[in-house]
Amino acid sequence: MAIAMPQPAIDPWNKPFWDACAENRLIFQRCLETRKAWYPPSPVSPFAPRAAWDWIESAGWGEVLAWVVFHQKYFPGFGDRLPYNAAMVRLDEGPVLVSNIDAPNDEIRIGRRVALCFEQRGAFNVPIFKWADE
Amino acid sequence: MSGWNLRDKVCIAGVGTTPYGSFPDNDSYGLGAQAMFSALDDAGLEAGDVDGLLVCRIPSYEQFALMTGINPQYSLPVNMAGRFSAVSVMLATQAIATGAAKTVAIVYGNNGRSNRMFYGGGEGGAWNPWGMTSPGATHAMMYSAYMHQFGVGTEPLADVAMAFRKHASLNPDAMMRKPITFEDHQSARPVCEPLKLLDYCQINDGGVALILTSAERAKDLRKPPVYVSGYARHDVFDQAEPRLDYWNPVLSKVASEVYARAGISRDEIDGLMIYDNFTPTVLFTLEGLGFCKQGEAPAFIANGTLELGRGRWPTNTNGGHLSDSYMQGWGLIAEAARQLRGDCGARQIKDARAIQYGCATNISTSIIFRRD
Repeated sequence: MAIAMPQPAIDPWNKPFWDACAENRLIFQRCLETRKAWYPPSPVSPFAPRAAWDWIESAGWGEVLAWVVFHQKYFPGFGDRLPYNAAMVRLDEGPVLVSNIDAPNDEIRIGRRVALCFEQRGAFNVPIFKWADE
Repeated sequence: MSGWNLRDKVCIAGVGTTPYGSFPDNDSYGLGAQAMFSALDDAGLEAGDVDGLLVCRIPSYEQFALMTGINPQYSLPVNMAGRFSAVSVMLATQAIATGAAKTVAIVYGNNGRSNRMFYGGGEGGAWNPWGMTSPGATHAMMYSAYMHQFGVGTEPLADVAMAFRKHASLNPDAMMRKPITFEDHQSARPVCEPLKLLDYCQINDGGVALILTSAERAKDLRKPPVYVSGYARHDVFDQAEPRLDYWNPVLSKVASEVYARAGISRDEIDGLMIYDNFTPTVLFTLEGLGFCKQGEAPAFIANGTLELGRGRWPTNTNGGHLSDSYMQGWGLIAEAARQLRGDCGARQIKDARAIQYGCATNISTSIIFRRD
């Protein structure tokens, strides 16, 4: 049996996000006053805390802002993936996720365009990225 | 500076540190108590003279006060994060200046090494599902963006690690004293690239305590007073970490206040203590506090600028968190006081009159200390 992957800690605000991921959809909260979207999910808009907000679905396109490669095993579930990358990706809608790029580490470049994909990790379908041009 | 009138009102009157290392038969209470009584001896005071108590990383302030015979009129615990070392100095200064307490012990006890305290992994991390974890990885992510933005590699990090190791080699109490070369740094085991082993601080058990009191009282105590001349703090919680601004805007705000409050210009500072949990923060702090422009720290430090006896800005003369021990800023503040008393032996900054502490985090701080 595979060793368990680390799972998200579910709270009232991120539950819709992870429920959407289960359907291969990436959603973000959007402030209805500033029209800006944000992550992580939260009870109020960080841009206009008294404004209403709704959920929008991301088109799934973004770019790499920064990236690292883990050589140290912090989670048993990632042990057989070492060395694995983690990358900050800014989605075109604005929010930034720290995610993984499903590509060899030496192909990663800051500014490179990425496209959303998903990978089932334990009980959760986790949003990750691949190169947009492949 | 309007609204801020604490310049030189409060002094560090006592400094105490324990040995650092692995002490599985002790705990944070024991280490904190050992440091506090060492600081009280240093000041020539007794536990009964202490009427204010702040503890950090010691689970119960009540239990600590009970154990050590302190019955304060002011006590509180602070969060265990390293940013709270400078915050503790500030809170103690405010308590004394407002009359809430006369003599405050601020006590840090850490048995993280024996406790198998791991930074990274564990439950509940915001980016756990992607394997992104640990403070080191956060700094690695920031430095990845920095390298791209300013067109540098990991070489500047070696300058930081080598300078602080050189200082540790002059400090008989430091944990890691064997000098390191550029090649040692570059060929070290990668932990979370771009950071490698020698970019990471040293986790140990240990305790640090400081006794603060009014400048008036400090003059009559055993050791020369070390003045808290001025400090500034700005907090920033406007985005999830890692943040790719290297805390530059928030540190700039701190710099815009700290010198004016202390009445001491940057040119008058003789040495620096910079919170170095990982090598990149030293670059970020130098830039944010205005020692050089953003993106220029690699060139600024390239010729031994941070090295004692060589550069203009001797920094982390005890070896810092990288080579002395990760005492979360507390050891650096103790070192600032010892430098200003001239107690530092082979690593003494000649005729040190003013030392600046700085910490780049979401609570960014700087304190300027001076002697008479």
